[in-house]
Amino acid sequence: MDSLTGLALGFSHALTLANLGWALLGCFLGTAIGVLPGLGPALTIALLLPITFSVSATGAFILFCGIFYGAMYGGSTTSILLNTPGESGSIITALEGAKMAKSGRAGPALATAAIGSFVAGTVGTLGISFLGPIVVELALKLGPAEYFSLMVLCFVTVSAVLGSSALRGLASLFFGLLLGLVGVDNQTGQPRLTFGVPELLDGVNVVLVAVALFAVGETLYLAWRWTNAEAVIRPVGRLMLSKEDWKRSIGPWLRGAGLGFPFGVLPAGGTEMPTMLSYYTEKKLVDPKHAHEFGTTGAIEGVAGPEAANNAAAAGVLVPMLTLGLPTSATAAIMLSAFQSYGIQPGPLLFQTQADLVWTLIASLFIANVMLVVLNLPLVGLWVRILKIPTPQLYAGILVFATIGTYGISNSVIDLVLLYGIGIVAMFMRRFDFPTAPVVIGMILGPMAEQALRQALTISQGDWSTFVTRPVSLCILLLAVAALAGPRIFGAWAARRGLKAQSGGID
Amino acid sequence: MSEARKGVYRPDLGAGLFVLLLGLLGLWQAYVIPVSPLYAQVGPTAIPYVVAGGLLLIGAGLTAVALRGGWSAAMEDVVEAPPSNWRALAFLAAGLLANLALIDWLGFVIAATVQFTLVCAAFGSRRLLRDIVTGLAVTLGAYLFFSRVLSVNIGAGILEGLI
Repeated sequence: MDSLTGLALGFSHALTLANLGWALLGCFLGTAIGVLPGLGPALTIALLLPITFSVSATGAFILFCGIFYGAMYGGSTTSILLNTPGESGSIITALEGAKMAKSGRAGPALATAAIGSFVAGTVGTLGISFLGPIVVELALKLGPAEYFSLMVLCFVTVSAVLGSSALRGLASLFFGLLLGLVGVDNQTGQPRLTFGVPELLDGVNVVLVAVALFAVGETLYLAWRWTNAEAVIRPVGRLMLSKEDWKRSIGPWLRGAGLGFPFGVLPAGGTEMPTMLSYYTEKKLVDPKHAHEFGTTGAIEGVAGPEAANNAAAAGVLVPMLTLGLPTSATAAIMLSAFQSYGIQPGPLLFQTQADLVWTLIASLFIANVMLVVLNLPLVGLWVRILKIPTPQLYAGILVFATIGTYGISNSVIDLVLLYGIGIVAMFMRRFDFPTAPVVIGMILGPMAEQALRQALTISQGDWSTFVTRPVSLCILLLAVAALAGPRIFGAWAARRGLKAQSGGID
Repeated sequence: MSEARKGVYRPDLGAGLFVLLLGLLGLWQAYVIPVSPLYAQVGPTAIPYVVAGGLLLIGAGLTAVALRGGWSAAMEDVVEAPPSNWRALAFLAAGLLANLALIDWLGFVIAATVQFTLVCAAFGSRRLLRDIVTGLAVTLGAYLFFSRVLSVNIGAGILEGLI
């Protein structure tokens, strides 16, 4: 099916009252959790996974995607008004956005962030619609060997390339892989890593791990370092963009979207890199007469660009998720497990066997974008009120939902013990700067990689060289090696030339 | 890695050793997987050994870094971190433990309300009565949402039986 037919089909399904309702609910919920510090889309979707038992796949995924997009919009509000990034993609937005708010220009900052998110979200969703089918065409030619290599590449990029240290990223990834191994081996039926505990035969639940990492660990860390400092919420003021603001924003929006989308599509995931690149690009390209605003009173370009990059990258992440079944962010990994809960195998066949679902989903993304820009601009007052929920009650509430989400899995106290145990590990991961997303990705992608490995070796009759003799597989593996070793070699080279900065680097 | 720091940095050493320990646990558990009578090109033990081996290597690497000064001592988050708040952590832990002890016995709503109140206290809230009432409202809302809307079985407790 080509993209336009697909979109027509998708819109015809997405514009029903029920599906519009799911999109609206998702956008509303997504913005709210994006605004709240400490709550993110991965955690929210994980807690809502039980919905997959009672709602159709289409409805559930429209809801999840609304949450996913909505959280990006909401995150920028918190960054600007509170100078606390709601999620990692908003860190850069907080730089200039909070400065604009401080100098009384919170309104224009919020407006350029919301409209920029809309522009980038639309560009990104168009990208999904037209790039998706092309990637699927290519992906259908891949065998299990290529798939396994692709997953290895994905493992390397999400753990070793992003983040501050390859070693710590890999440690997180392997922790996730270890968790993913727990349970009955699906090929031979042998129990693995269960420590003889019968409750572990079903494996460690993804919801439990996500909740432990993103809710329990976060709350524990916050308590550990708790001081009673009151945060300052800046007043919004008028939510208008002047003619001048529009002129200064349009370029950064489009450049940000153009930068962000490819980064999301690559199996590197992450929104930190494109937002940072966008920030430095805008700082370079800014009209000299506004250059002094960067880092002082806050430059609107520094909000518009990174915010657009953030949203376009988030949209891009859906391309490998929908076309290859490869999750490159924690949220995508949780969504993948939702597919599995419906018995739908994500991958290139999704566009054929579940064409209705996929295109309805993509159409809903367009709709969600329109809803979000409407929800965010006039309703900003509501989101500011949500920001005023005091921290003690907010985190106590988060833990209530963490408890019910986990206890609901099997009504077992053992699950809660595991939840708190992994939560304590997550608290220390935060202290020692280990990233958490690779844990979730490793846990979900690990079993899929093992299956692909075994299939490939069954086809090659046990010949391990199949991964390097098939040219596409070899290329992908070489890319993975380059991604792993490249920064190191570059670092060594730079050090020899005396360019290496005093701190940082790869340890 | 900070150039200024030399010698062992104990906190990071602990983190490195923890990863090593995880690798050892993995190795032990891979070793005790019963060998499958079924034919398979890759048996059920292969990947567990690879993952355990990986953890051992990474743990060794982290330990080596920690022995040469570690990585986190100079991190902005660590340098600027306020001192450990043991009072807050203790209240929070008490909340989690109370929940563990009560949930099977008194049901989710009561157990989670106790937890809510203790967590509020952990973060410095001093209005006990208001927190109990808020907690009851939040947990009841969560219970109704999960049991009625998401159709999740949360089990039966004293208060749950009344609604």
